[in-house]
Amino acid sequence: MFPFLTVLIALPAVGAAVLWALPASARGRVREIAIGFTAVELILAAVMFLQFDRDAAGTFQFAETHSWIPQIGTSWALGVNGIGLSMVILAVILTPLAILAGWREDRDVKKRTNYLALILLSQAFMVGIFVARDVFLFYVMFEAMLIPLYFLIGMFGGLQRRYAAVKFLIFSLVGGLIMLVGVIALYFQGPGGPQGFLTDNLTGIDFSTTTERLIFLAFFLAFAIKAPMFPVHTWLPDVAETARVGTTALLVAVLDKIGTFGMLTLCLVLFPDAARWAAPVIIVFAVISVLYGALLAIGQENMLRLVSFTSISHFGIMVLGIFAFQQTSIEGAALYMFNHGLSTGALFFVVGFLIARRGSANISDFGGLQKVVPVLAGTFLIIGMSALALPGLSPFISEIMVLVGAWGAVPVAVAFATVGVVLAAVYILWMYQRVFTGPTAKGLKKTRELTLRERLVAWPLIGLMLLLGFFPAIAINYLREPAQDIVSIVSVEEAGS
Amino acid sequence: MTFVTPTIEWAPLIPMMIVLGAAALGVLLEAIIRNPATRRVVQFVLSIAALLVAAGAAVLQWATLEGAGTIVMNGMITVDRQSLLWQIIILLFGIFGAMLFASRTSAGESAFTPLGASVPGSQDETIARRKGFELTEVFPLALFAVGGMMLFTSVTDFIFLFVALEVFSLPLYIMVAVSRRRRLLSHEASLKYFLLGAFSSAFYLFGAALLYGATGQSSYEGVALVVQQTASTDPLLLTGAVMVIVGLLFKLGAVPFHSWTPDAYQGAPTPVTAFMAAATKAAAAAALLRIVYTTFYTLGWELSWLFWAVAIASMVLGTVVALVQTDIKRMLAYSSIAHAGFILVAFGGFSSQALSALPVYLVTYGVATIGAFAVVTQVRERTEDGSIGGEATRLGQWAGLGKRSPLLAGAMALFLLSFAGIPLTAGFIGKFQAFSAAIDGGAWVLVLIAVLASAASVFFYVRLIILMFFTDVPEGAEEAVEVDHSPLARAVVVLTMILVLVLGIVPGWFLDAANNAAVLLIGVAG
Repeated sequence: MFPFLTVLIALPAVGAAVLWALPASARGRVREIAIGFTAVELILAAVMFLQFDRDAAGTFQFAETHSWIPQIGTSWALGVNGIGLSMVILAVILTPLAILAGWREDRDVKKRTNYLALILLSQAFMVGIFVARDVFLFYVMFEAMLIPLYFLIGMFGGLQRRYAAVKFLIFSLVGGLIMLVGVIALYFQGPGGPQGFLTDNLTGIDFSTTTERLIFLAFFLAFAIKAPMFPVHTWLPDVAETARVGTTALLVAVLDKIGTFGMLTLCLVLFPDAARWAAPVIIVFAVISVLYGALLAIGQENMLRLVSFTSISHFGIMVLGIFAFQQTSIEGAALYMFNHGLSTGALFFVVGFLIARRGSANISDFGGLQKVVPVLAGTFLIIGMSALALPGLSPFISEIMVLVGAWGAVPVAVAFATVGVVLAAVYILWMYQRVFTGPTAKGLKKTRELTLRERLVAWPLIGLMLLLGFFPAIAINYLREPAQDIVSIVSVEEAGS
Repeated sequence: MTFVTPTIEWAPLIPMMIVLGAAALGVLLEAIIRNPATRRVVQFVLSIAALLVAAGAAVLQWATLEGAGTIVMNGMITVDRQSLLWQIIILLFGIFGAMLFASRTSAGESAFTPLGASVPGSQDETIARRKGFELTEVFPLALFAVGGMMLFTSVTDFIFLFVALEVFSLPLYIMVAVSRRRRLLSHEASLKYFLLGAFSSAFYLFGAALLYGATGQSSYEGVALVVQQTASTDPLLLTGAVMVIVGLLFKLGAVPFHSWTPDAYQGAPTPVTAFMAAATKAAAAAALLRIVYTTFYTLGWELSWLFWAVAIASMVLGTVVALVQTDIKRMLAYSSIAHAGFILVAFGGFSSQALSALPVYLVTYGVATIGAFAVVTQVRERTEDGSIGGEATRLGQWAGLGKRSPLLAGAMALFLLSFAGIPLTAGFIGKFQAFSAAIDGGAWVLVLIAVLASAASVFFYVRLIILMFFTDVPEGAEEAVEVDHSPLARAVVVLTMILVLVLGIVPGWFLDAANNAAVLLIGVAG
């Protein structure tokens, strides 16, 4: 069988190597080459998507297992279930769009090459993380991914980029290294041997209660930092403000999903008892994230910071859904991970378009753009509406699934979280109002309308959100079975213990 | 009393004999060959050839070793896979070291003073430089050091260990003192290193004497047997054990026995620093490993406080002080102190996994260290007349290096990431093995402290990356720093880079070797 997953990981990495290896004379076309690689990647992923057996969405498909470092029990073991597949699709859709969105950003060819190669390299790691079936491999990708990202933030972007890059790296590394202790400890709890890190071999281990809780916490902390949850979220707004919009879009829309993805597919599956033990506290923090993120979003003056705070709020809803342990809420959370990627990715891109026109991300520098650039305004409005979960756009259905699903388990938390959903209307609409309505600000009379390239970035995402908004079953079919499996693991042991 | 001459099995000693023999020959050549240029070439070729042949012999022995190994000279030396692996590691570091010793700037300058005996700044020095003198003694000295270190890893007798200790230490004291530039600093470094080294030797010797007093034995095995039979812990024995270990911790550069490290690293000629940092640490770790796991294993509980305290102190102090360094060699020195702490973490649980973990750790650390110092030798100041001057070791001078020389800056970044233990670099595999050994022994609290120290250490590694890649060359300083192209140093950088990546991505073969070596011939800890 064609090793789809290995190729999906290798292709962008090869692309990065090709870009760096190009002689200076051939670097005029780096953008085309980079986008070519991501296009092939997208096509491959689409073929894989079509071949994926939907009726067995809960099992790992396209599985590959090769011995990697048997001495320490790790293998190159890949495979996707429905949830992993949705994340891979998200990654391969957003990467070419991020490249397209930043098409005109660099005049210096050398700089441009570095930027694109680093983007491709991060894509390789992103895909790798979502398809790893081996805890060690997952960890390696999880940590190694920080390096291209660190360079993406530190080399390109605004004035505070060095500070932001270091902050990002230190936050992620502290979480990651504590997780490393958990990873090693987990190996010693498991069966060991040359495949001792395979997720399957680590599922259903009979831990002592304290050990399980400690290892769970080691993993959870790393994921909570990544997903950014209150109170370990502070790195995200700083990064979002200074990094390039393309980097930020990928970071928030795809990479941060690793946090929730890890909680869902590792924390719940490997440590069900500990997950139940910790759930009440985690849900409290999730609800705090929802409200705190929303309130701070309202107060932001910088659009990039604003959008990043909305994400903290939305990640809170996902975590709430995951730790409510209900079939519908987990399905909803998995669906939200995908939809939030589309919606937030698109939101960052259009904010990027605005910044490219004005040279500033401050809301007060804008005003009355609606009359000048109606298409841009309309695009912004639709994408904004998706972020506040307007019915008809896909985030709505996932948010409803989480809230309705979790209601049965944690009604009070859902009640508070719903307030956050209402606040979303405030921060999105108020931003729209200040940027696009009212008298047109000075110097904006000649603002360019959305160009073809920019439409190519934003509109496919809107199309997808509409499609999944009206026909959510397309996606849910892929997520139901994995969610069932997770719920059954979490609840079966409940009866036993 | 009659003196019985022991029968010596020479065959297992061949690798060491080759190296020490070549060293003796090298000293002879110093007297015979008068032309400095010829002498330099001959010494270099001799060193590399001896080291390669010795490495080949050691590999051959590894392949043909029957059973667990051979005991030589009535148990004074043990050649088993563990010792062979360490010998090969040290030979590898020796080869890289010799290549760096021989490298010259594009102006034709070596890293060593032309005449070691001349007073800095004196007429003699100027004349020696003008006449093109070459200090080629460093090659035989390095061979002596390598031979001593190889012996150090294989000795199983407390008295003989002292001999090996001095054989490798004395040449290093001299090599530290012969820097071409900043010679007074180099002399001071050497003196400090010598005094503290003598101090640590005294510690060690006194400890060995106490052990002999307590047990009547001088071999590891003999002491081990008594230790196992002693029901209550004998204070004499315990004091002896602690002092012996302290003597070795000096060589390892662990806190509070580290104070020679920053000065010696900074003052020594950078090629010597590279060799010393990698090889001395490996030899010290190997000897410590063998002593702890043959002789003192049953004292585990009594000694674990020492390892925990020293490990934590080294990691914390090394990391914190490295944060405020402004000189790159000093920064790397403090980083090496922190790494001494990570090495000791592997001992923390007294798990037999340490036997396979430490060779891996020391190789990953040593290769990156040599690579990093090899990069340091190539970033140079430009003198006022436009020629290439001394090394630019102030951190600020490294700003914008990524634009000047992507290869060097990229290599340096890779080495730093390896020090920090980022996955897909060798350092991660090393840390993973060391931490696994500790967790296997139940020392997960120590590992937790170690990972937090690792995270903090990233701060200063990354600071250099920021300087090299994210900071522009300061205005008006474009000409102040020059990247030198000396082929041998470049070769070392490229080779170590490849090794760091190979050990990071496909380390299976090396882990296999380390696992095979994880058995000690005598007094196996179990």
